[in-house]
Amino acid sequence: MSSERTITCQELTEVLTDYLEGVMSREDRARFDAHLELCDGCVNYVSQMRQTIRAVHELPVAEVEATVPDDVLAAFRAWKRGDPV
Amino acid sequence: MTRGRGWERITLVLSEEQIIAALKRGDERAFVQLVERHQSLMLRVARRYVRSGAVAEEVVQETWLGVLNGIERFEGRASLKTWIFRILTNRALTRAEREGRMVPFSSIGDDDDDGPAVDPDRFRPAGDRWPGGWKSFPPSWDTLPEERLLARETLSFVGEAIAELPERQHLVIVLRDVEGWSAEEVCQSLEISEANQRVLLHRARSKVRRCLESYLDPEPALT
Repeated sequence: MSSERTITCQELTEVLTDYLEGVMSREDRARFDAHLELCDGCVNYVSQMRQTIRAVHELPVAEVEATVPDDVLAAFRAWKRGDPV
Repeated sequence: MTRGRGWERITLVLSEEQIIAALKRGDERAFVQLVERHQSLMLRVARRYVRSGAVAEEVVQETWLGVLNGIERFEGRASLKTWIFRILTNRALTRAEREGRMVPFSSIGDDDDDGPAVDPDRFRPAGDRWPGGWKSFPPSWDTLPEERLLARETLSFVGEAIAELPERQHLVIVLRDVEGWSAEEVCQSLEISEANQRVLLHRARSKVRRCLESYLDPEPALT
């Protein structure tokens, strides 16, 4: 690694989102990866975060509504006729 | 439309360009499809700004009027979806301000100075041989049975944790991690910077992880 500075476990938990979002500088990313090579605790932490994201992703998305409110449809028809809406 | 036979539905699902073109022509089917596609999420988002479901419905309705009045000038610099949600959040903000409500995206700092991702007590103090290192490692969840993590009960707990997040964190994690929007789409829709979006996402995810940890492993070791 080019820099001597390493990151601590505590620091790692604060920059994890930058890491997962892929917005870290190459140098910071290398430091992060180097830390993971040596630290099972942080490997677990990162994995917990990935599992958390996965669980959140399992929550139901907003459904497609099969009905359009009458007022909205009426507004559309007025707009189409050129009436002010 | 949802009851249509398979082939009907396939031919009816329009791409965004098709919807924009059809809408400009005044095609009611295209408009209906657009409303059906976004209405429920729009209500959910608006609801985080205003005091009641009824007001949220009005905000959504006003948004559709804004869409109709603006579609002629829509240039496609943002996606149609983010353009619609930007109109929505602007209307919702205006409405919330009129209600005199503390609103999420106009007041700086309401959920900006949140605590750390992990309780500092979990780390070794300054002066220790490994300052900032775990006192004891977080356990691996990889050994948890899949059914446990994704069990209905676990997910409903996760849903509650998300519901209790401050407004901005809530909206960002819902759009990014539940709805699967890109960072760019969220930034454009909520009119926040990328850095800000990331901070909000970080706080939200960190909090949900903490809740999940307390649920899956009620007593994390502190020694």
